[in-house]
Amino acid sequence: MTDQGIGASVKRKEDLRFITGKGQYVDDINRHGQAYAVFARSPVAHATINNIDVSEALASPGVLGVYTGADLAADKIGGLICGWMIHSKDGSPMKAGAHPALAQGKVRYVGDHVAVVIAETLDQAKDAAGLIQVDYGELPAVVDVASAQAAGKAQIHDEAPGNTVYQWHLGDKDAVDAAFSKAAHVTKLDIVNNRLVPNAMEPRAAIGDYDAGQDQFTLYTTSQNPHVARLVLSAFIGIAPENKLRVIAPDVGGGFGSKIFIYAEETVCIWAAKKVGRPVKWVAERTEAFLADAHGRDHVTTAELAMDVSGKILALRASTKANLGAYLSTFASSVPTYLYAPLLSGQYDIPAIYCEVDGVYTTTTPVDAYRGAGRPEATFVVERLIEVAARETGRDPAEFRRMNFIKSFPHQTPVIMAYDAGNYGASLDKALEMADYKGLAARKAESAKKGKLRGLGFSAYIEACGIAPSRAVGSLGAGVGLWESAEIRVNPVGTIEVLTGSHSHGQGHETTFAQVIASKLGVPIEQVSIVHGDTDKVQMGMGTYGSRSGAVGASAIVKASEKIIAKGKRVAAACMEVPEDSVDFENGEFLGRGTNKKMTFGEVALQAYVAHKFDPEVIEPGLKEGSFYDPKNFTFPSGVHIAEIEIDPETGHTRIDRWTAVDDFGILINPMIVEGQVHGGIAQGVGQAMLEHTVYDENGQLITGSFMDYTMPRADDLPSYNVAMTTTPCPSNPLGVKGCGEAGAIAAPPALINAITDALGHEDIAMPATPQAVWRAAQKSARKMAAE
Amino acid sequence: MIKLSLTVNGRRVTADIDPRTLLVDFLRSNLRLTGTHVGCDTSQCGACTVHLNGQSVKSCAVLAASCEGAEVVTIEGLATGTTLHPMQEAFREHHALQCGFCTPGMIMAGVDIVNRHGAKLDEATIRKELEGNLCRCTGYHNIVRAIETGAAAMAGAKVAAE
Repeated sequence: MTDQGIGASVKRKEDLRFITGKGQYVDDINRHGQAYAVFARSPVAHATINNIDVSEALASPGVLGVYTGADLAADKIGGLICGWMIHSKDGSPMKAGAHPALAQGKVRYVGDHVAVVIAETLDQAKDAAGLIQVDYGELPAVVDVASAQAAGKAQIHDEAPGNTVYQWHLGDKDAVDAAFSKAAHVTKLDIVNNRLVPNAMEPRAAIGDYDAGQDQFTLYTTSQNPHVARLVLSAFIGIAPENKLRVIAPDVGGGFGSKIFIYAEETVCIWAAKKVGRPVKWVAERTEAFLADAHGRDHVTTAELAMDVSGKILALRASTKANLGAYLSTFASSVPTYLYAPLLSGQYDIPAIYCEVDGVYTTTTPVDAYRGAGRPEATFVVERLIEVAARETGRDPAEFRRMNFIKSFPHQTPVIMAYDAGNYGASLDKALEMADYKGLAARKAESAKKGKLRGLGFSAYIEACGIAPSRAVGSLGAGVGLWESAEIRVNPVGTIEVLTGSHSHGQGHETTFAQVIASKLGVPIEQVSIVHGDTDKVQMGMGTYGSRSGAVGASAIVKASEKIIAKGKRVAAACMEVPEDSVDFENGEFLGRGTNKKMTFGEVALQAYVAHKFDPEVIEPGLKEGSFYDPKNFTFPSGVHIAEIEIDPETGHTRIDRWTAVDDFGILINPMIVEGQVHGGIAQGVGQAMLEHTVYDENGQLITGSFMDYTMPRADDLPSYNVAMTTTPCPSNPLGVKGCGEAGAIAAPPALINAITDALGHEDIAMPATPQAVWRAAQKSARKMAAE
Repeated sequence: MIKLSLTVNGRRVTADIDPRTLLVDFLRSNLRLTGTHVGCDTSQCGACTVHLNGQSVKSCAVLAASCEGAEVVTIEGLATGTTLHPMQEAFREHHALQCGFCTPGMIMAGVDIVNRHGAKLDEATIRKELEGNLCRCTGYHNIVRAIETGAAAMAGAKVAAE
């Protein structure tokens, strides 16, 4: 089975349906008699709602219902929740305002949900939504995160004075201050981590369906975690008890974090389905996705690095204001705190770290996890500081990194994390060779002859993924456990269904999880079906995000497969009439040790079901096992990315000449898929660094609200990537795997900005480094050089 | 309502439609050909790319009513029976898709690029020609490889047919 098992670049099983147009995304599903929902959204950033007049909309042709926040409240439908409690420095719990699915009394961002129209056709619903009359009492917008807490700013939620949700910190401030006081050199940077719009290519969608006969709700939704959606909709929002609510997330067209969260739209659709007695479908237009999908990043940070005369890093401190938007989205509070500051040690041995973070409300779209979620922000801080510190002290940036690398494991950082394994020097060496670092000077000279500016930038990133040990995250405020479940159902003929709580929306689980089964049980992947995305089929799960499906989801499958083997050995022993402890399982066969007796996996499966040859008092018939796997640690993928660029100072155009990525993801289940994840992550990181920017005007209007205005990375913006791996198996899970989904997006932005600043000869450029920004910086450099 | 007759994937289709119906909605709603996707509202993303009279178009920017008598091919019509089109095969071979949402449009665009430029495609041409198709998952690396391979395979298939 080695050609199909762990480590093989097997072509994906799921591809056939996608390349022939037979995928089943939510918008491809239609329920008999379905009606259509259209949301009336706030056109202003901040206002009281003095009155909503829906009479004209209600009288409009085809309209089945028009509902507002008052109707939700009357039905005792709860607000949307934030599932991670953060405590401020002073010990007080975070100050969160209510987050109703339809606005109650106030709107707080452009796109906020004011009312919903349900009508026979989509066009009728759209027409009627335009007839809803809302009397807004406009209030000042609060857009800029850096000044949102200032006295005199409009108050967004009464519960959060000064628009401050929390003032959180991590680390030993006194130790850090002491280290800075004796530093030989301090590097200081002001950093803006630009706000991004996730823009999965499939817009979000939902169909709510209510079966009055069974009193049963079914929600089809574009979710990365249907069980979490069911939990929240049941336990907190109060749609229906879990046993009466089925959530189906079929094929989902990309998520990148934005489809983790439980949003207003699916909440309203499932609730309204019972109100109108019809299935209710909503599909986001791209403009709605820009307005109402949770955004990512948006930090303003001041960061400092202290070192001694030899270049040894002594301490790091950072102060960050994190824009959380107008409401706290599902995991918003955790992203700029526990997913951020614990990564500030990077790959480096830093004795003391202190980070303080203010979580701030603004009248903008809620901000939550987006590919990397906190870790790109941390890595950008660390890798910019390191690069600039090297340049300021005249050190080679590669050797400065190497000198400060953590070299022995396990390593306890001063900010929670205990790195279990790594070999950072190995990745650096390989990357330097692949990128031909030695030839850089010659290439720079060649570019200069053509009037071009060439630069090279490093990013030696770490990330913590495979989220997460439940007890650990519980102690930090998480409202859920972050294990994963798996159930292996072996059929009498030896075919297998694997039910997993992980959810694939591009990651290829139908292939990789089948490969794990092929390796563990010796069954060809063609005989293995992966079942996911349906709460009526899979009992429970925590879903896919935080690069957790390999490390946690596949580990659960391994645990369940071990139980299958154990049960199979008992059945085989009875059938072969040998002692239980003398049965071995190798390459899909049960062998009686010291005998020539053996049974294939399929034969044992059949015997388990016909149950003719064992005592049912001793062995239960059947072959089905489940597992809940809770990881004992995060996994810590790491790597070195090197970007080399060439700038045309006449136009400001930056061409990425070469991209070298050397990543250590431990054991790879499917290298082809892993490389694909790296490619996609880099593209999103390049997007952040050079192209993508979310801009609000001072009134809180989203200026970049379409693909005409928001620059998505296109094929001709990007290079081909040189991707390679080093391998340090992860000791914290049974497969030795680490997460690979977010690494590229974490690594890429600082590599690119370090390269651009290297080419420009100074440190002053913000993301995104658009041609205009680069041109301006190049002009400034030229003037500076002329003056010298 | 107006009457519309056209050929979709080799099949003659006649329907009464609202004159403002877009081709993409006609394909998805009337014909239930849901392989053609809608990813934006500004004709930027290319997920809805189909072939209209042999040329690639964004079907979100075409009125169905303007397709009277036309020949339309969608992703569902690209394979011959169970034999995949070489471009479909190349996308699978090169892992040129992840979530699959942009994939039908990418494949239809890829075939059109080869039709217009021939089999000898360089990377720069492919990247430039993909300007109208957005993918958020793959970083385009493997899509470029797939179109290179698909182009060569299409040329090979053409030679074999002749």
